[in-house]
Amino acid sequence: MSNDKLKDMLVADLGGKGEITEFLSEVVVTITSKELLDLANKLKSDKYDFDFLVNLTAVDFEENFTVVYNFRSLSNKTKLVLRVVISKEEPSLPSVIGIWKTADWQEREVFDLLGIIFTGHPELHRILLADDFEGYPLRKDYKFDSRR
Amino acid sequence: MGQIKNHEVEELVQNGIVVTSVEKVLNWGRGNSLWPVLFGLACCAIEMMAAGGSRFDLARFGYEIFRPSPRQADLLIVSGTVTDKMAPLVKRIYEQMPEPKYVIAMGSCAISGGPFVDSYNVVPGVDTIIPVDVYVPGCPPRPEALIDGMLQLKKKINNPNVARLMENV
Repeated sequence: MSNDKLKDMLVADLGGKGEITEFLSEVVVTITSKELLDLANKLKSDKYDFDFLVNLTAVDFEENFTVVYNFRSLSNKTKLVLRVVISKEEPSLPSVIGIWKTADWQEREVFDLLGIIFTGHPELHRILLADDFEGYPLRKDYKFDSRR
Repeated sequence: MGQIKNHEVEELVQNGIVVTSVEKVLNWGRGNSLWPVLFGLACCAIEMMAAGGSRFDLARFGYEIFRPSPRQADLLIVSGTVTDKMAPLVKRIYEQMPEPKYVIAMGSCAISGGPFVDSYNVVPGVDTIIPVDVYVPGCPPRPEALIDGMLQLKKKINNPNVARLMENV
């Protein structure tokens, strides 16, 4: 599937919502958390067949958090970057664990380091840091005093 | 025997008393057959494996048997960065080892936290959680350095009156 065809299909499915660009020959879709589950279900369906969630991460921008999903379709040989913009005041969005099971630990990692809540995640607790750790270390405003 | 003070024991050793000689024989055995735990944390563990391999051949000194269970080991080589998440596990492995037991802090991370000392998740030196007998500096130390560290530990075991723990002074 070519990028242009993919873009046309996404424009039709999003119905004017979101923003579709291209960066380094990858289609980049930017949406809000409201459209996430609807679009994610469509991306997993046979129409797009993005069966592989390669990576899930998040970025702490000055004005918002952005959760980034990298998808790949093994059958169509296409790639897609999905960016979900969420507010800093209420950093939460629906979990996609029901659609791509591999999101489980990746969402826990994002929660662990950036404090973003994935609603609907069955066991959203820390994965890399100790359970009694306080704060979210990859946030730009995180401060830590050296222990040496 | 429990009534005799440490310095009195040393006096007895000098007079060739049998009981202290048994202790000496035991220490000779301990120092010549240290069994480390099969336990590695980071890149230092790679050097530790190299030390155990045929090129550097730790087995020359009788130390090659890396035991997969702490119950069968008497030496813990902390080879690598200890994170806050790993610290309770390192402590538990140390506590599971039977006495007498020894600890080598291998590499700058285990000694002081190394380049990661200012991190939010790294223990600033393994000696903040368990007692350490020998420090082997390096980043990572070469296998020869680890072997030298183990020979220093052997010296320490064989001469307990020279390298005495503070609590026994």
